[in-house]
Amino acid sequence: MKIYRIHALICAGAQCLAAGGNGFEDALKNELKKHNIEEEVRVVETGCMGACQLGPLLVVYPEGIMYTNVEAKDAKEIVEEHFLKGRPVKRLMWKKEGKEEFPGLKDIPFFAKQTKVVLRNCGLINPEDINEYIARDGYKALAKAIVEMEPKDVIDVVKESGLRGRGGAGFPTGLKWGFAANQDSEEKYMICNADEGDPGAYMDRSVLEGDPHSVIEGMMIAGYAIGANRGYIYVRAEYPLAVRRLETAIKQAKQTGLLGKNILGTNFSFDIELRMGAGAFVCGEETALISSIEGKRGEPRKKPPFPAISGLFGKPTIINNVETLANLPVIVDKGAKFFKQFGTEKSPGTKVFALAGKVNISGLVEVPMGTSLRKIVFDIGGGIPEGHTFKGALTGGPSGGVIPMEFIDTPMDYESLPALGTIMGSGGLIIMDETSCMVDVAKFFLKFTVDESCGKCVPCREGTRQMLKILERITSGRGREEDIYRLEKIGELIKLTALCGLGQTAPNPVLSTIRYFKEEYLAHIVDKKCPAKVCEFSALKGGRNKYEAKVTH
Amino acid sequence: MKQKSLIDDLHDIQEEEEKNYLPRNKMIKTAKTTRISEAKVYGVSTFYTMFSVYPRGKHIIRVCRNLSCHLSDAEKIAEKLKEILNVDFGETTKDGEFTLEESSCLGMCSVSPAMTIDDEPFGNLVPENISEILRKIKEGSKK
Repeated sequence: MKIYRIHALICAGAQCLAAGGNGFEDALKNELKKHNIEEEVRVVETGCMGACQLGPLLVVYPEGIMYTNVEAKDAKEIVEEHFLKGRPVKRLMWKKEGKEEFPGLKDIPFFAKQTKVVLRNCGLINPEDINEYIARDGYKALAKAIVEMEPKDVIDVVKESGLRGRGGAGFPTGLKWGFAANQDSEEKYMICNADEGDPGAYMDRSVLEGDPHSVIEGMMIAGYAIGANRGYIYVRAEYPLAVRRLETAIKQAKQTGLLGKNILGTNFSFDIELRMGAGAFVCGEETALISSIEGKRGEPRKKPPFPAISGLFGKPTIINNVETLANLPVIVDKGAKFFKQFGTEKSPGTKVFALAGKVNISGLVEVPMGTSLRKIVFDIGGGIPEGHTFKGALTGGPSGGVIPMEFIDTPMDYESLPALGTIMGSGGLIIMDETSCMVDVAKFFLKFTVDESCGKCVPCREGTRQMLKILERITSGRGREEDIYRLEKIGELIKLTALCGLGQTAPNPVLSTIRYFKEEYLAHIVDKKCPAKVCEFSALKGGRNKYEAKVTH
Repeated sequence: MKQKSLIDDLHDIQEEEEKNYLPRNKMIKTAKTTRISEAKVYGVSTFYTMFSVYPRGKHIIRVCRNLSCHLSDAEKIAEKLKEILNVDFGETTKDGEFTLEESSCLGMCSVSPAMTIDDEPFGNLVPENISEILRKIKEGSKK
């Protein structure tokens, strides 16, 4: 094996590419060639390293020095100073509060305070090389499962681990598998839900781009446990890079003999096909996703029957989310006890959050379940930009709600968040400061739901539209005092009567913002003011209008 | 054993078309070969936002319009694009080069505001850089 003096890891996640393209990598390779040290320095394209806001990122080993915001013009200095003379380029290193450089990755709080289970390989290995995954114990858990364990043992260890579905609902994974395993059917299916659509959520994309084999291995373990020989990965078309890396990973797994017939000499055979979405948020709902894989309009179906009993093509089907699946190799390989050392009793393990919005360092963050929001935002994310104050954090996207300052110490787990009127969701975490208007945010999500409603059931199709009309009225200064009551009433009705999860949770952002920021709604309605100065009351400019007259009496 | 679904077929058709859409005659042909009714093929074609039954431009610009981008003034990027291209959302430029569309979350919140042109992602957008990006795409060069 060839030994290199230096490893230069370049983040090739979508966000780093979006921030700078391939310009830096090309320039770096040119410089290495110029100085004739191509044989000494190995350049590796990795998946997402997490600190997306500071991208494009470069990490240089053996020191573990992280360079941020690198541009093509920086390549010369890095090669000549650091690679040739051993003098790190301080100018480009990650700095503590903009002053002192951190000597290495492990000293930077953003990384040091995280616990990486799901993201164990992201940013460390080349996702387009199966050997790098195998070198990091990849497919070891699969071998253990299919050679040493009975399917029932696999289900038992997952049950014991307490793993809960990371797609949002938090249903115990092992329990769900049990339903499908008990079905007597020639054909069963294992589906990976990679239709990550919640605004502000990109954990799954990063796992697919950065460590696709962990998802494939997870699917195979699940397939073995429930008795399925065929798997589908349903990935949204908005993620072309994830699609490409998955295609490569599946191809390499097939070539290596890890996918196909009689895997590792056992009786277990498994194949995976990729299915692409075409731009429909509702397809993240499991029954709609099944319709879409079948090639139909992505409309949800009535439950029961649940997919575990009658799913894809009417056969027993298990659908697990990307992050759930990426946890499985760790659980099977290291055992339930290892997994349970992280997180809380009822929500074991870790959770990956996509930190975005008004926070100093946005990006991908993995922490034990039950970690407080304060720790995520302030200790890891570096707090709110100077001069601004934390107002609230949105979790669960258009199905979730807001956590205000007074609850910032709440542990982030499957029990605590619903008590606050929000949900864990898939892990999107959008931070807002005093410049964000809560009524505007609620309106924003409702507009999203109205656009994305498939139109099959009346409560979702018509109800959300009526709620949006009321919110538009309020944010343009034409709100009426009874509007808050109306929003709550329609919202509760939609929650009770909509067909699928998308509809049932659509009113949440509105109900949650009314719960914690009612005075902001009242300011819009009664005082005709937007405290955050976001909403424009253009209709009111230039004096009286007919709506004003109505609310004043 | 690769079985294609109707959605895969439609993706293939659209990709082959210079104008990024599903022509009527090809939808009818697909209906015949797959033995799915024409109505159902049309139903699927119009359900998903990434399919179009009308001709579009050579390049599809998808501007992310979700909350993180919204909070970082994506509106200005959209306005700039509309101004340069002289089109509104859903419209194609006169020269047939670009179609401007809104997109649901592209998952690039940390580098918001963001957009994609065809399969290429662009982040940390500022109005001043938009025309340069468009020029490069038009010339066919990567950034």
